[in-house]
Amino acid sequence: MSIPDDLGDLRAVAALTDDVRRAAYHAVASAGSDPVGRDEVAAALGVGRTLAAFHLDKLVDAGLLEASYARRSGRTGPGAGRPAKLYRTATQERAVSVPPRAYRSAAALLAEAVERSGAEAVLHEVSYEHGQRAGTGGPGTGDPDELLAAHGYHPVASDDRIELRNCPFHRLAAEFPPVVCGMNLALVEGLLAGAGMDAWTARMDAGPGRCCVTVQRTKNKTD
Amino acid sequence: MTASHLAQFNVARLREPLDHPASAGFMAGMDPMNDLADRSPGFVWRLTEDGSDDATGIRPLDPDVIITLSVWESLEALRAYAYHSEHLDYLRRRREWFVPHGLPAALVLWWVPVGRTPTVDEALERLDLLGSAGPTPRAFTFRQPFPAPTEPAVLA
Repeated sequence: MSIPDDLGDLRAVAALTDDVRRAAYHAVASAGSDPVGRDEVAAALGVGRTLAAFHLDKLVDAGLLEASYARRSGRTGPGAGRPAKLYRTATQERAVSVPPRAYRSAAALLAEAVERSGAEAVLHEVSYEHGQRAGTGGPGTGDPDELLAAHGYHPVASDDRIELRNCPFHRLAAEFPPVVCGMNLALVEGLLAGAGMDAWTARMDAGPGRCCVTVQRTKNKTD
Repeated sequence: MTASHLAQFNVARLREPLDHPASAGFMAGMDPMNDLADRSPGFVWRLTEDGSDDATGIRPLDPDVIITLSVWESLEALRAYAYHSEHLDYLRRRREWFVPHGLPAALVLWWVPVGRTPTVDEALERLDLLGSAGPTPRAFTFRQPFPAPTEPAVLA
């Protein structure tokens, strides 16, 4: 862990201390890999477009967001042909730990050991049990969105299917897909079971730019 | 335009023979997964046994070790099939059907010149090389990949 990296990460994270800017970051992050425009962020935050743009550009300067330009479809009238500035979260992850800790390196070593020893079944058991405990005493039998959001997944629901726009284990999952995605599935299954949401089923449903798990309503509430 | 394609070789030690009930889940997924590979973007070739649509009869290491050997246009193409498709769930369940193989590496990747089909002997050498020397440009992994050579790969 080198000092320049630490300072870079610290500067990036420090950019989030402003409440409005942090809300702007969350508005972009919750869209997952879909780029978001200034108008959408302004509307989500209930602030003016100029203020939203100011904070979005500060987040780009800090390296937390990436900007791109694209013509947005469906626009007519003057200015419709002008490309809009769009924002998405930067792929680089930022972590600040004081004093220095290297839990990610430890996680990678543990994941490799699980893979080599073939201990996935035990990992799935442990993950399910952990999820069950974490889900107990949560929002109850209601909507799983809140439960999943509370655990960092950025759920986006459409009809009876919930996609998760954030993978809390992203980099580790990219390095050890079957081990970590399997762990994640068991964890989400445990969360749902712990919260008593037995009308919903988590399944492995891999797709680009989102978590490999989706949650589906498999029973009506009255069943 | 790249002059190289990516070769992939994988070994797995069966818990039970393929006709045993414990292997039923693996057998049920095999044809759909092979079909998915065949129609995946960037798929080039996979090893099959004569008269069969799969390679499960080819056992160069041990009677209970099955192999897959395939060629893809790029690392990204193979990654998309292996980890961003229905195949991921099949992989997730692998311990239901396979035991740890006792080898230092189960999967090896390397670059081959476009149009050249890798052999099983060559694949076994690459797996040995990865096990003994760790990831190098001649034998590597998803976790530590190497770019395709700018000149057509020279096969030593």
